[in-house]
Amino acid sequence: MAGQVVVMRAKYRISVKDPGVPGVLKLDDDKFVFIPHDPTSSAKLQVGFRTVKGHKFTKEGTNKQALLNITQDPEIKGGGFIFEFEKFSDRDVCRDFVGKALAKYIDVNKAAAEGSVAKLNTEQLSTTEIDRRINLLREDSELQKLHQQFVIGGILTEAEFWATRKKLLDGDNNRMVRQHVGFKSAMISDIRPQADGWTNKVTFNLTPEIIHQIFAEKPAVHQAFLNYVPSKMSEKDFWTKYCRAEYLHSTKNSVAAAAEAAEDEELAVFLKQDDILAREARQKIRKVDPTLDMEADQGDDYTHMPDHGIPRDGNKEISDSQYDQYKRNLLQDLNRHAAVVLQGRGIDDVDLADPRSVAEALASSKKIELATEAQYTNSNQAELVRISKITEIKDLQAPRELPLAPLSIKDPRDYFYSQQANVLKHLGETTRGMKPVKCHLRTQEAYSCMMKSISYIKDVGINDPTIKPELALKVLNGLTHNISSTKYHLRNNPQESFLNSLPTLMKEELLNHWTSIQELLKHFWSSYPITTSSLHTKVIRLKDAMTRIYPRLQEIKESAQSDLRHQVSLLVQPMLQALDAAFAHYDADLQKRSAKTAAGPNGCT
Amino acid sequence: MASAPSKLCTDDVSLLVVLLDTNPYFWSTSNDSSVSLSNFLSHVLSFLNSILFLNQLNQVVVIATGYNSCGYIYDSSLSSSSSITKSSGNGRVPAFCSELLENLEEFLTKDEKMSIEESIDGIGSSLLSGSLSMALCYIQRIFRSGPLHPQPRILCLHGSPDGPEQYVAVMNTIFSAQRSMVPIDSCVIGAQHSAFLQQASYITGGVYLKPQQLDGLFQYLITVFATDLHSRNFLQLPKPAGVDFRASCFCHKNTIDMGYICSVCLSIFCKHHKKCSTCGSFFGQAQSQAASMSDQKRKGLET
Repeated sequence: MAGQVVVMRAKYRISVKDPGVPGVLKLDDDKFVFIPHDPTSSAKLQVGFRTVKGHKFTKEGTNKQALLNITQDPEIKGGGFIFEFEKFSDRDVCRDFVGKALAKYIDVNKAAAEGSVAKLNTEQLSTTEIDRRINLLREDSELQKLHQQFVIGGILTEAEFWATRKKLLDGDNNRMVRQHVGFKSAMISDIRPQADGWTNKVTFNLTPEIIHQIFAEKPAVHQAFLNYVPSKMSEKDFWTKYCRAEYLHSTKNSVAAAAEAAEDEELAVFLKQDDILAREARQKIRKVDPTLDMEADQGDDYTHMPDHGIPRDGNKEISDSQYDQYKRNLLQDLNRHAAVVLQGRGIDDVDLADPRSVAEALASSKKIELATEAQYTNSNQAELVRISKITEIKDLQAPRELPLAPLSIKDPRDYFYSQQANVLKHLGETTRGMKPVKCHLRTQEAYSCMMKSISYIKDVGINDPTIKPELALKVLNGLTHNISSTKYHLRNNPQESFLNSLPTLMKEELLNHWTSIQELLKHFWSSYPITTSSLHTKVIRLKDAMTRIYPRLQEIKESAQSDLRHQVSLLVQPMLQALDAAFAHYDADLQKRSAKTAAGPNGCT
Repeated sequence: MASAPSKLCTDDVSLLVVLLDTNPYFWSTSNDSSVSLSNFLSHVLSFLNSILFLNQLNQVVVIATGYNSCGYIYDSSLSSSSSITKSSGNGRVPAFCSELLENLEEFLTKDEKMSIEESIDGIGSSLLSGSLSMALCYIQRIFRSGPLHPQPRILCLHGSPDGPEQYVAVMNTIFSAQRSMVPIDSCVIGAQHSAFLQQASYITGGVYLKPQQLDGLFQYLITVFATDLHSRNFLQLPKPAGVDFRASCFCHKNTIDMGYICSVCLSIFCKHHKKCSTCGSFFGQAQSQAASMSDQKRKGLET
């Protein structure tokens, strides 16, 4: 791409709301230049990619503008440079160019920082990957600080830094997975015909979405569409006919519907009950467990009783068996709709705008379904097994073995002792003082001794005075002294952090060291056992970085004011210990390796 | 008095549940060393009396933490309002005290009958988990009595050493107290600190105290434990010096910074074990194989 130049017409906008200055955007390897059409305009730009941090762009959409935002270091300029393009395709060309240019700069930065070692690790990153990383860094200032400190500082490579944060990067990826959109849960019957007041016309609105739903919910219509269109009638005629049938239904006049159906064979298809649905229902009933007493259930179902079925659209008619097939039942419609919504959309990649292709796709998906169904029912043996499984009586079966190993929690005493040492130590008492009093007691004696005490107090009454004034004063003084001496070290609320009482500078420094030590240690321990030379150099780098932090921690500890020193050292101590452990491990490993390499040739000879 | 309608309860009305340690072995050894039961009871009864006088809606419940069983021995809402001020028959103690003492005697007789061993070594431990559960049950009932109820808290007057076998049960009660925002105050009258109560008070935000001079117990109780929860916000009460949250390993009881944790029961170990000593799950197969593999690899490279 060296020497390539992209020139594109664009508008430069200072902010997103700004109408923009029309001009020409010129991109080349290391900079972009914007020259406004109006030579007097001050919106001239010449910016090197060196200072650019990243770029953002709007998603493609019909009503959106094609924007490209090239962002810079926040210290240099607030938002960045926003360009509006005439077309998305123009924008994409520029976007890709900027992405490539930026990728090169990031690579260059990396190489400069890490020297020769990095070249081994330099991976070809896609622009989206880089974007994602930049976004993450921008959102999380702490992460950015770490990145600055270690990656720019040359202690970790870019790849190493991100390797431990794969989750963060993946998180973005997952969000991009498109969710399948199912059918709307609103029933199509809700789409009412619209009649305007003055003509005799009734208008139905059919969108591709609705057509798809009609096909899914009414197999008969679907079948009819496949049969008639376009051989027998045009698509428009078909839908007109369908709407007519719908209209007849909505007028709730089953007698009229029957009359119309008698005249027009095609219309009848829409008006009669759906044969395909009925067949499917029968098939389903056949699959029901034979031990289930369907007749009993039918008796419970009052919708089969006369005058209890709620006809569609809420009207009730005196039932007339002759016209029964032209009536629709609300419950049936509801059930069918629910089933279709739950089934979801069988087809995804078909253009909804063309009803013909939708119908065909649906038909083929249904065929597959039927095929698998048939396979299932044909295997008679499987059916029998299924039935026997359902009919088996649980109580008489041998217990099925659980695939779990039972948990055997041991004596709770173990948990206690592991805790107790800690608690007592910090109460300033050694476990030695905890040794039980050596004595041998008889139960009866003990109880009678207690009884004696109780009857004594009953006879003598409560001590008078309860407590001697001198003693009370002594106790009070003791308590007050105790409280005032601990007041300095402690806060009102024991849960409150000690950190808040530190000066902000020290607090920040401590937290900063803590996060960086965590980061370093994480990388340090994860590089063991050392198998490759790159791991070896990494460990050396990490160790050097940690040795640099170590004296700084010591400084903090010593610089703390006397009343805080104890608490600060308590905070710093674990960090020092963790570092010490790492150093010890490093030294031990080094020794082991050197011993091995020394012994190696000898052993061979 | 507590029969007064609960709608009068304000934020300074307390329900104090006192857990009395009635481990006979503890009290028969403590006679000579620290404080006798009769002295202790005298302090505690005076303290309970003061609580009841602090606010006429205050309620006191006393639960005995026995060696074999636990039991409610006094509930101020059940006794008549005049029993506090009136003296009982012989005039030595207020009527409510004699009621409490009689119940205590009754409880002890029952508790004695339940004991199996003729004699035991050492002091043994009383059933802290049981009495804590009873206290929490009582408090739950109060919580459900209506939107306005006295502010409950638990005070453990405990002397016996901790019973390790109760660890899980006690921790469970502590956490359920924490969940229902009931502070557990503890006053340790025994010779040693109690790890249970230390944790209970820390976790539930109560006060842990081990009085140095047990003959001045009443003063400690009235200074530290008498104030209602609302007033506590304005007082400086004794506080434990922070808690060390580092864990100790199950194998050597050492405090450790880094260790191995059983993925099944979360037991902590300072070294890698093949089998968890707590729950018995096996682990480490995959890791040890990988380690030996890399070892072999390394050897292969070197030769």
